[in-house]
Amino acid sequence: MVPLSWFLLVSAGLFSIGLFGVLARRNAIAILMGIELMLNAVNLNLLAFWRYRTPELIAGQAFAVIVFAVAAAEVAVGLALVISVYRRRQTVVADEIDMLKF
Amino acid sequence: MTIETLIWLIPLPPLLAFFLIVLFTNRSKGLSHWIAIGSAFLSWAGSMFVFFRAVTTEHLGEHPFASAISWFPTGETWFKIGVQIDPLSAVTLFFVAWTILMIFIYSVGYHNYWQPKGDHDLPGLPPHGATVIDAHGRSHRVPSVEPMYSRFFAFIGLFAFGMYLLVVTDNLLTLFVGWEIMGLCSYLLIGFWYGKPSARAAMIKAFITTRVGDMFMLLGIAYLYSVTGTLNYVEIFRNEEVMHHLATTPAGFLGFSVAGLIGLLLFLGAVGKSAQWPLHVWLPDAMEGPTPVSAMIHAATMVSAGVYMSVRVYPLLSAGAEHGHITQTMAVIAFIGAFTALFSATIAVAQNDIKRVLAYSTISQLGYMFAALGIGAYVAAAFHLVTHAFFKALLFLGSGSVIHGMEHGVLHTGEHIDPQNMFNMGGLRKKMPITFWTFLIGGLALAGFPLVTAGFWSKDMILAEAFGTSSWGVLIALSLAALLTAFYTMRQITLTFLGKPRTEAAHHAVESRWTMTAPLVVLAIFAVSAGWAGIEEGFPILGGLIPNWIHEFVGETLLEHPETLPFSFIPLAISLTVALGGLLLGWMVYRNVREVAADPLEKPLGVVYRILKNKYYFDEFYDWAFVRPSTWLAETFVSLWTDRMVIDGFLHWVAHVTSIIGVFFRTYIDKLIVNGFGDLVGESVKRFGRAIRIIQTGRIQQYMVSALVMVAVLSAIFYYLVVLTP
Repeated sequence: MVPLSWFLLVSAGLFSIGLFGVLARRNAIAILMGIELMLNAVNLNLLAFWRYRTPELIAGQAFAVIVFAVAAAEVAVGLALVISVYRRRQTVVADEIDMLKF
Repeated sequence: MTIETLIWLIPLPPLLAFFLIVLFTNRSKGLSHWIAIGSAFLSWAGSMFVFFRAVTTEHLGEHPFASAISWFPTGETWFKIGVQIDPLSAVTLFFVAWTILMIFIYSVGYHNYWQPKGDHDLPGLPPHGATVIDAHGRSHRVPSVEPMYSRFFAFIGLFAFGMYLLVVTDNLLTLFVGWEIMGLCSYLLIGFWYGKPSARAAMIKAFITTRVGDMFMLLGIAYLYSVTGTLNYVEIFRNEEVMHHLATTPAGFLGFSVAGLIGLLLFLGAVGKSAQWPLHVWLPDAMEGPTPVSAMIHAATMVSAGVYMSVRVYPLLSAGAEHGHITQTMAVIAFIGAFTALFSATIAVAQNDIKRVLAYSTISQLGYMFAALGIGAYVAAAFHLVTHAFFKALLFLGSGSVIHGMEHGVLHTGEHIDPQNMFNMGGLRKKMPITFWTFLIGGLALAGFPLVTAGFWSKDMILAEAFGTSSWGVLIALSLAALLTAFYTMRQITLTFLGKPRTEAAHHAVESRWTMTAPLVVLAIFAVSAGWAGIEEGFPILGGLIPNWIHEFVGETLLEHPETLPFSFIPLAISLTVALGGLLLGWMVYRNVREVAADPLEKPLGVVYRILKNKYYFDEFYDWAFVRPSTWLAETFVSLWTDRMVIDGFLHWVAHVTSIIGVFFRTYIDKLIVNGFGDLVGESVKRFGRAIRIIQTGRIQQYMVSALVMVAVLSAIFYYLVVLTP
């Protein structure tokens, strides 16, 4: 088996890339993609720790499945929101959606 | 019931009448006068019983009917008040009871009880008359009933209480209480028709003038109390040691002894109350009141109270004098009495109002009484007091009857004349016979017509005493006054009753009702017979037939019974000459006055007449000397200068300073500091907020970046604090 740290490094890397995407991308859809990446990185991390620490328990797998489900739901809602915003504002650039400004 | 209990009860019925009328029966005229007359009758009955018991008791002076109760505590002992009937108060009670009852009955008719209500009569003004339409459709104006009828009876009830109280009491304090109650009622009754400005002025004048006297009297009472510790008559006046002590202690004022000074102070109270010079000015003006008031208060009772009180305190006045000599105080009293007698007799000669003549006559006769007292003629003064009350009340009531008759005529004819002016009268002898005959009897009594009138006997006694004690000044003054008295009395009778009516109103005068003429008859009987109680022993023919009862009885009141002077023909001759001569002169001068002419004396006397008519300008003098300065003091000095300028000025200054301080506080502290602070807080929050809110860009990526940075910082801190340090 490969050492655990390899998995953790990969997930950390994925997470950072996702974070970068969230913070630096203009398009709202791209931000959502970045969020997806971060969720998947988290999943990877979770499963790595499960497999290498407590493989006998099912809790790790269950937790990962739930994260999948939540991610899916969240993407659906997020996309719906973006479409709704686009219909209103004719734009999906995150910087231009600043109605909560002072 | 003992005699003492009865004496206590005598003053009470009129007081009860006052309260009943004021509280309950004010609306009902009939009920009010029945209550008043009933009460006067009860007091009269009690007084008569007490009088008859008194005259049949031996040595009443030494053992008067007396009863006292403790009133208020004074240190170790109590101040006691009570009643006492000795000879002096017995005879006073007699005439007071009769005159009060007669005047109460008279008032029913005087205030026109049976007449209709007036056309436009208002309470506060004299009634003006009512219009009646008779069977033929003709309208007549007739006298109308007094709107304030019950109020009158209430007031005279209170007055009667005051007078009875004064007479039956046994000490100077309750005497003073009765004195003041009568002063109040006099005030209320003079201004009975308070709608008339002249009545209002007269009531104030009466009260203030008598107040001057009362002030001195109160000083005298206080002085007496402080020296002797009591105000009871028996304890002071019949107590040899007390009187000796008072007579021999000098008072430190102009050489008077304590007794003399107290006597002088008390006499000054009598000067005010009995309208002697110089406090005589209120009595003529008091004629503004209804005639029963003038008769009762200002002729028979209240003004007599001054004489009664002076006679009562005679032991004080005469203390320290040997037989045949008089004290300083008595000299003062004799002077004032004699002077007033002559002074007001001269004024009476030139008065045209029927009541004014009688008012000055009253002042003059009271002067007689004081002159008598001043020369030591104790019994004569008391005797004249009694007889004068009867005939003066008679004269005033008679004048009221005359005025009534004239008013009837005035209303009938519609003339606008003064019904009280004697020059508008004349010939009333035929129109008002009962009034005429009773008035004549009263007038002759006043003038001192010999033998058959009471005035003769009492006046003769005074003149005889003046002659006997060689008081020549008093004798001359009183004789001249007697001459003038007879003169103006006959003047009055001639102008009013004799000759022919001078105006239409006099022509239409009618006799008054029985309630008015019956008291006149009763009083006339007394005016004739009262004098026979005091016939001197040495008098030719009649003397000795009846003992000089007055001298025997009243003289007992003093510790030392006064001695009788030997009879002399000279004062009798003087008395007869002046009386008969004055009457004849008066008739002769005035019998031919026709129409409404001028007084026949006006031209011959010239300036003198004008001075007499204007009462020696005393009213004007007092106005200049006392009234104007007092008004100035009140209006200018106190009200304007002290009150408005000084006191209000100070207050306004304080307010001004306060407002300056207030403005300062507002501008520099309130607005700048307090408001400034409040504004500062708010403004700084606003500015801070405005500065900070820039971070809220609405751009979520920036929010997330800052969140990330914050997490990093916080973890560093956390790491440093928790992991590295402990």
